[in-house]
Amino acid sequence: MTIVDDRTVGTSAAVRSKGSGLGGYILTRFLLIIPTVFILVTLVFFLMRVVGDPITASVGGRLSAAQLAERLAEAGYDRPLHVQYFEYLGQIFSGDFGRTITDNRAISEILVTYGTATLELVIYALIVALVVGIPFGMLAARLRDRWPDAVLRVSAILFYATPVFFAGLLLKLVFSVWLGWFPLSGRATSSTQLTLSGISGSSGINMLDALRTGRMDLIGDVAAHAVLPALALGLLTAGVFLRLVRTNLIGTLGRDYVDAARSRGVSESRLVRKHAYRPALIPIITVMGMQIALLLGGAILTETTFEWRGLGFQLAQYLGARDFVAVQGIVAMLAVIVAVTNFIVDVVAALIDPRVRY
Amino acid sequence: MSEPLLTESEPPGTIDETVVVHGTSAEPRWKKLPLIWQLRRSVGLQRGMLVAGLALCVFFILLAVFAPLIAPYSYNQLSGPDGNFPRQAPPSAEFLWGTTVGGYDVFSRVVWGARTALLVVVVAIVGSLFLGVLLGLVSGYLGGWLDRVLVTIADAIYAFPSLLLAIVLSIVISGGRASFLGGILAAGLSITVVFVPQYFRVVRAETVRLKAEPFVESARVIGTSTPRILGRHVLRNATRSLPLILTLNASEAILTLAGLGFLGFGINPTAGAEWGYDLNRAISDVASGIWWTGVFPGAAIVLLVLGVTLVGESLNDLSDPRLRIRRRVKGVLITSPPEPVTEGAPT
Repeated sequence: MTIVDDRTVGTSAAVRSKGSGLGGYILTRFLLIIPTVFILVTLVFFLMRVVGDPITASVGGRLSAAQLAERLAEAGYDRPLHVQYFEYLGQIFSGDFGRTITDNRAISEILVTYGTATLELVIYALIVALVVGIPFGMLAARLRDRWPDAVLRVSAILFYATPVFFAGLLLKLVFSVWLGWFPLSGRATSSTQLTLSGISGSSGINMLDALRTGRMDLIGDVAAHAVLPALALGLLTAGVFLRLVRTNLIGTLGRDYVDAARSRGVSESRLVRKHAYRPALIPIITVMGMQIALLLGGAILTETTFEWRGLGFQLAQYLGARDFVAVQGIVAMLAVIVAVTNFIVDVVAALIDPRVRY
Repeated sequence: MSEPLLTESEPPGTIDETVVVHGTSAEPRWKKLPLIWQLRRSVGLQRGMLVAGLALCVFFILLAVFAPLIAPYSYNQLSGPDGNFPRQAPPSAEFLWGTTVGGYDVFSRVVWGARTALLVVVVAIVGSLFLGVLLGLVSGYLGGWLDRVLVTIADAIYAFPSLLLAIVLSIVISGGRASFLGGILAAGLSITVVFVPQYFRVVRAETVRLKAEPFVESARVIGTSTPRILGRHVLRNATRSLPLILTLNASEAILTLAGLGFLGFGINPTAGAEWGYDLNRAISDVASGIWWTGVFPGAAIVLLVLGVTLVGESLNDLSDPRLRIRRRVKGVLITSPPEPVTEGAPT
């Protein structure tokens, strides 16, 4: 966790000199999104072009040389690299991430169609992570170096050490194939999905739509499908939270003001509840933002494991089809999402903890 | 209750020191080597974790080195003297852990997979250590616009999902289809790029701190060349926290390799055994209740990552005086044992 701490300090230190108060901080932090996105997009663009053009990579074997040249000229891949690069940058700033080669869809349309599914999965996973990670982290810190702490810490490492797709495989095997408690894969049974997509103003977030219909069978079906993917992805992050809460709480419990409170006769439980938790939990907010990157990476694997039709599942499909324009587009788009999420998290952290912004 | 053990007998003077100066004690040199030094200082639970982690690591290293002797078949062997191997056969005497949908022997592929995983880890760590430390030293020491540009780039890469970046890089390096060596290099280098910012960040921060230290300044005053200052004075003092990042990265490298393999961007099954690829193929087996194709390679990943992480965790705790469990002084009667929480508080 030292790395994480280092980053928080770095960001705030970089911003501190320019910002004046909260407004200034938010503005500077917002402007920092631009170089981040710019660098990643540039990096991905040039890296992908090192291999050659995406059309040859995708359909090169199946076309004659003349047809291929025609397709290349059509898509503009025969022009100089820097011309293509600046055009690409211009497109991105107007929100156009290109079109896929294999099924000719706009990347932004893919975000709209599948992004909600990924969002839904990430929210479930975050809930699991917080519900499991924070209480158990606190428990481990209070019972430090006794057997519950040992058990919890080893399980946290185990959660971290288990790749999401293996956790998913085990969960599927035990709870779906052997016990038959939960469905094997997908976001909902096809009839439920049809009903949900059919209602007017469908949000694309299945649980929200199901709640709006108020039908218990739909809600139950959506929930049952969500349990295993949420556990697989959530437990991975829960391990990170558990370790973080434990280390931070041990840190604050060792502070002078806690000792002072103890010497005044404040009870041990009140000490932990009133004095030590709050400062120990602030870093969680920051780390939660960092976890978005981990969660998105994990979502790709989780969605593939559970055939959860979200962005990650789609990305894996395009990867398999060698559609590198689609891959590049989705990766660039995720770069924007990650940068914006980190911005929001930093602002929230600044609102909670005044030390960040001064 | 895991109270610190009182098994070691050492003179009281060396036991409960809070600050240990490496060079001054009269202990033999080998006892001060990184892992051995920590192993000797650890007690109780922390020693248990460290020992367990080291044991797992050693086990997998042996597995990787002696793979041809341990595995009954080769990783890409599809037929024996009695004809083709059966597909999806359950564990038996002939196929210890059964066979996969493609007809490979699961046990042999798990054993050979250790070799692939460890090679990738070595490539990734050597690469990112070299690049990250070099860039961190230069950037931190020279400062200026180069430093600012490198920091911004490192921050951008650092905040991005490492798996995505590794995917992009493995497309670039191998086009997603690779031979054994090509695949190892592709996976290793993709992971390298993801990890360089972490080493860069840590070494740079230390370098910026050390730059202002009197001993660096005096070296500069007497006209020492910049490379020599960096190599002799800064580098040696800036590498304190590297072992910890190293173990963290080793475990992440294994997970990234498996993730790449799972998405079909690892090493071709005919060119080398890779656990992530095997798990990818096992996902569809699960629906029909075939568990042996997935459980064994998955368990191998978990155990190896667990081993490396346990070592890293213990090293982290042992290097942090607030988290380190101290050895009780032998023969001293502790009438009221301190609270577990206050015990490790900095004194």
